[in-house]
Amino acid sequence: MKLKNNVGREIPDEILKEKGYQSFQTVDFGNSVIQRDAPKVHATTENNKVVDSLQDVVLKTVKDGMTISFHHHFREGDYVFNKVMRLIIDYGFKNLTLAPSSLTNVMNEIVVEAIGKGVVTNITSSGMRGTLGDAISHGALKNPVIFRSHGGRARAIESGKIKIDVAFLGVPNSDAMGNANGMDGKTAFGSLGYALMDAKYAEKVVLVTDNIKPYPNTPASIKQTQVDYVVKVDAVGDPDKIGSGATRFTKDPKELKIAKTVNEVITHSPYFKEGFSFQTGSGGAALAVTRFLRQSMIANQIKASFALGGITKPTIDLLEEGLVQKVMDVQDFDEGAAISMHKNKNQQEIDASWYADPANKGAMVDALDVVILSALEVDTQFNVNVISGSDGVIRGAIGGHQDAATAKLTIISAPLVRGRIATVVPNVTTVVTPGDSVDVVVTEIGIAINPKRKDLLKLLTKIPGVPVLTIEEMQKKAQEKVGIPKQLEFTNRVVALVEYRDGSLIDVINEVKE
Amino acid sequence: MEIKKSAIAGTLESSDVQIMLSTGKNGFEFELESDVAKQFGDQIKETIVNVLKKYKIENAEIRVIDKGALDMVIKARAITAAQRALDIVDTPQWEVL
Repeated sequence: MKLKNNVGREIPDEILKEKGYQSFQTVDFGNSVIQRDAPKVHATTENNKVVDSLQDVVLKTVKDGMTISFHHHFREGDYVFNKVMRLIIDYGFKNLTLAPSSLTNVMNEIVVEAIGKGVVTNITSSGMRGTLGDAISHGALKNPVIFRSHGGRARAIESGKIKIDVAFLGVPNSDAMGNANGMDGKTAFGSLGYALMDAKYAEKVVLVTDNIKPYPNTPASIKQTQVDYVVKVDAVGDPDKIGSGATRFTKDPKELKIAKTVNEVITHSPYFKEGFSFQTGSGGAALAVTRFLRQSMIANQIKASFALGGITKPTIDLLEEGLVQKVMDVQDFDEGAAISMHKNKNQQEIDASWYADPANKGAMVDALDVVILSALEVDTQFNVNVISGSDGVIRGAIGGHQDAATAKLTIISAPLVRGRIATVVPNVTTVVTPGDSVDVVVTEIGIAINPKRKDLLKLLTKIPGVPVLTIEEMQKKAQEKVGIPKQLEFTNRVVALVEYRDGSLIDVINEVKE
Repeated sequence: MEIKKSAIAGTLESSDVQIMLSTGKNGFEFELESDVAKQFGDQIKETIVNVLKKYKIENAEIRVIDKGALDMVIKARAITAAQRALDIVDTPQWEVL
């Protein structure tokens, strides 16, 4: 039997039953009372946790069937994941659950290998791309992958849904007891936001570093009270591949037009006033929005109380100019943002729970006024897909999309079409973020406002040079350009589950048919 | 009409399509490479076949490398490839256009 959930998706009944899921109902989390989980602690009074052999630590800590975790703050420059997974595969461990904060491209090959050898039999992640996404979409893993947002992962860890046995956390510095941060050292990446969850809740925490500092090392984002082992290795990452380097503004006229329109929407909204807050994320158009927003803030003498989420240099510039009072930083996308962390006391490191967890005594996203988010697809119900490509293959990540979309003004910015692929479609391939949390879609041909936001319809219809279309009109314009694509074909087999941030099931991803 | 020589039109830039025509014996034989083959493969072939038929071409080997081109681009590149293959670039068939 199949039942449709509140975004019109059919979730197979057996999945709901077997995995104990509720079907997605509402974006409103409510005021539940939640029992949190706590890890076992292996007490010690010794004062040196440094071990030279990663092999020994892997053998001592890992057992068949365990859940192991990693963070993705080193992004494409990560060495730690491959080092640890190589050992785990070579030692022949079996049936492990892989629970990283996300999976970057450098991790793909070894995960595919680990799946092939039965080493990894379950995965939960924010997302995946490339050869790994391709393998999963073609049925490489027997058990479906579980995709969770950053806030959703924090919730799942806190509630014990993800019970991490061993967390292998790469850090650019640590002292002999495990006091560590992400902001110093040659592989500094800034905020340790996602890894802080693992450090707090994993039963065994293994720090992997190439830079042992004198005790006590401060500021300590990860604390010695949480750490079991500190492993010294030659190198934890490639500094050149961690960040995107110096951020360049887009010169693409289409992206610039979209960015300018996004800024018009923000500045004509009721939220653009003294003390407002915003999140922009990365990507060409998002960075350009920050630039246009800066001009508008100066012209209107408006300052923001905080900027949230993944941070880039242009946001740090606003902080240093006094246009933004605080930067609440869960990760840093470029070197400029990473480096500024220890010199700007108003750039506050926040963990994924504080950032975006709904099962909380208040997360930062609850106070967020404006967010600009991207989309692979958005449909005429305003549902957004950021995880599966137009060919049905997994090639993205939820990130903080679902979490930040709960902002008072959620703007989806995307080109109308990419090549011959429409972005605005009748039905998204996979629903990640429900249309109920989306307010305005901005493309190069104009904007579409969620009809549920009658207040915005009134305020945003008379902006000079910004045509307002219905979402259906926008979808038709896209279709006129590219034509009607042939329906994608999937098998009945479910290869991935997409959780909403509250832990309900919003959609499933099926194996692609070749 | 018979294809006189192998001909090529288009580039490998994104949103373009490269079409190569050469002599064939068994109707239209396609070799299609495209990121959007799943969704638009049939439409791409149909557009090209329609152009070739207007030039009265009945047999051709057609190699297509598509980089997400829109329909009108595919049509334009097909026309150019056909005129080159038929060696009639100097005397285009205006009625086909």
